[in-house]
Amino acid sequence: MTAAELAAALERKEVSATEVTRAHLDRIAAVDDRVHAFLHVAADSALEQAAAVDAKRHNGEPLSPLAGVPVAVKDVFATKGLPTTCGSRILEGWHPPYDATITTRLKQAGAIILGKTNMDEFAMGSSTENSAYGTSRNPWDLDKIPGGSSGGSSAAVAAYEAPLAIGTDTGGSIRQPAAVCGIVGTKPTYGGSSRYGVVAFASSLDTPGPFGRTVLDAALLHEAMSGHDPCDSTSIDAPVPPVVAAAREADVSGMRIGVVTELSGEGYQPGVMARFAESVELLESLGAKVTEVSCPHFRYALPAYYLIAPSECSSNLARFDAMRYGLRVGDDGTRDAEEVMALTREQGFGAEVKRRIILGAYALSSGYYDAYYGKAQQVRTLIIRDFDAAFGQVDVLVSPSTPTTAFRIGERADDPMAMYLADLCTIPSDLAGNAAISVPCGLADEDGLPVGLQVMAPAMADDRLYRVAAAAEAALTGRWGRPLLAEAKGLPGEGDRA
Amino acid sequence: MPITRDEVAHLARLSRIALSDAELDHLAPQLDQIITAVAQVQEVAAEGIPPTSHATGLTNVYRDDEPGPCLTPAEALDQAPAVEQQRFKVPRILGED
Repeated sequence: MTAAELAAALERKEVSATEVTRAHLDRIAAVDDRVHAFLHVAADSALEQAAAVDAKRHNGEPLSPLAGVPVAVKDVFATKGLPTTCGSRILEGWHPPYDATITTRLKQAGAIILGKTNMDEFAMGSSTENSAYGTSRNPWDLDKIPGGSSGGSSAAVAAYEAPLAIGTDTGGSIRQPAAVCGIVGTKPTYGGSSRYGVVAFASSLDTPGPFGRTVLDAALLHEAMSGHDPCDSTSIDAPVPPVVAAAREADVSGMRIGVVTELSGEGYQPGVMARFAESVELLESLGAKVTEVSCPHFRYALPAYYLIAPSECSSNLARFDAMRYGLRVGDDGTRDAEEVMALTREQGFGAEVKRRIILGAYALSSGYYDAYYGKAQQVRTLIIRDFDAAFGQVDVLVSPSTPTTAFRIGERADDPMAMYLADLCTIPSDLAGNAAISVPCGLADEDGLPVGLQVMAPAMADDRLYRVAAAAEAALTGRWGRPLLAEAKGLPGEGDRA
Repeated sequence: MPITRDEVAHLARLSRIALSDAELDHLAPQLDQIITAVAQVQEVAAEGIPPTSHATGLTNVYRDDEPGPCLTPAEALDQAPAVEQQRFKVPRILGED
């Protein structure tokens, strides 16, 4: 069942929140030893929350649309009473003393928090291989990566362990895992969803967003989690765009859609390009006006990102100093604070986090600042101008979500530049702070793995994403005769799906 | 070679990461490769282009200065590696002399 169907069944009292929660906990117990989507399953608190929702419904109290619907939460969101590790040894056993704003909003909406999902350490990676707690698996093929950094969330939703999940997108960390797992994932407009209580990686880029198996499901969660937060100084003080209404309308007639010339060519898998081209034709057949649009500076987005994000991370991760919380190593009375700090960070951080901290320290150091960080910030301006010019001609831009389908676990693990290429198509929207979605558009002929269609819209026009994605989803599902996920063969047991 | 092993060691010290020699041997060439790749940004003609640090354009956002609930000392110290007399206990921060 989709989250929307579950919500409707709950509202009609055909099923209780407790039953729905138990069914998902059972599914987790049955498959998560193979998928490893979760770092922590919060069975007790989930059942308590469910009982509370059932009691409210029984008493006829007003409930929000997602009341009683389970959601899996990326382990980057602070959750009071539940561990929050960010996939890092340095936060092993840490229990935050407060909830992230989004955690609070989910609880207030009556959504049931099933547990915390695996991720690349501090959200740095595209495969979950950088997690200190093991790699999550792709439900389409357990030897393949589920994407990253929010790969636990995408795997949980694709494996029917949760109908919904939240993640964060800094360079593609929602859209890339959604694409390779054959589900829907959205990076809302930067500032549209609160960062308060989200452990920071790159503050000018980090954007929380939803995962769902359908476009409408993602829209329902998007609406529930978003909106202005006075605790986040970069939060936009404006109404949430009408994403649910747009997902229901699913009408692209008369919309102007631009295909980005630069997001194709060398390095793109033929099967990905074939499904993408079909999706564009399909949108045209539904009444959209399709043109090709050039964004010449997008080819510099990846290098600019890998200067800006590490620079911000080298500053943000300075807070892990072994003094007030988290791991402390070597404090035996003989060492001073600096030595303890250096030993703790050596043992507490994994290789990718160290690489990025050092890279950021380099890009920000005097003598290199202008040539690297300063230049990257200017390139960021040029990318924003490319988007502005494009959105002067079209309503949305489209591209593949990723250059390739899911790759094999281990294939790129020690080749950072190869790993970074997974974010080639998603990074421009992060740098510009606008909105983008990935929606499944078929399977690549070479490997039978899912391909994502990316739709990008101007800041605070997130509703356009849902309009286009829902239209594509409806037409494609009609053509396939059933949802794409029904083709996933990595896990047995169609029948035991919640 | 844009970055040497010695420079990586220096940056690791500045970043308070006690890298082992083996890690330095491994990381230095990777960082060299990454920096060579990201240096592409220098090809872009960006004369006179203002830098973007942040996409929203918001500046100096403050909320009202109103007292609200906050953590108790016990909650604030609950996750500390070491505590003494209701304070965070840390290793010595000054040299012996």
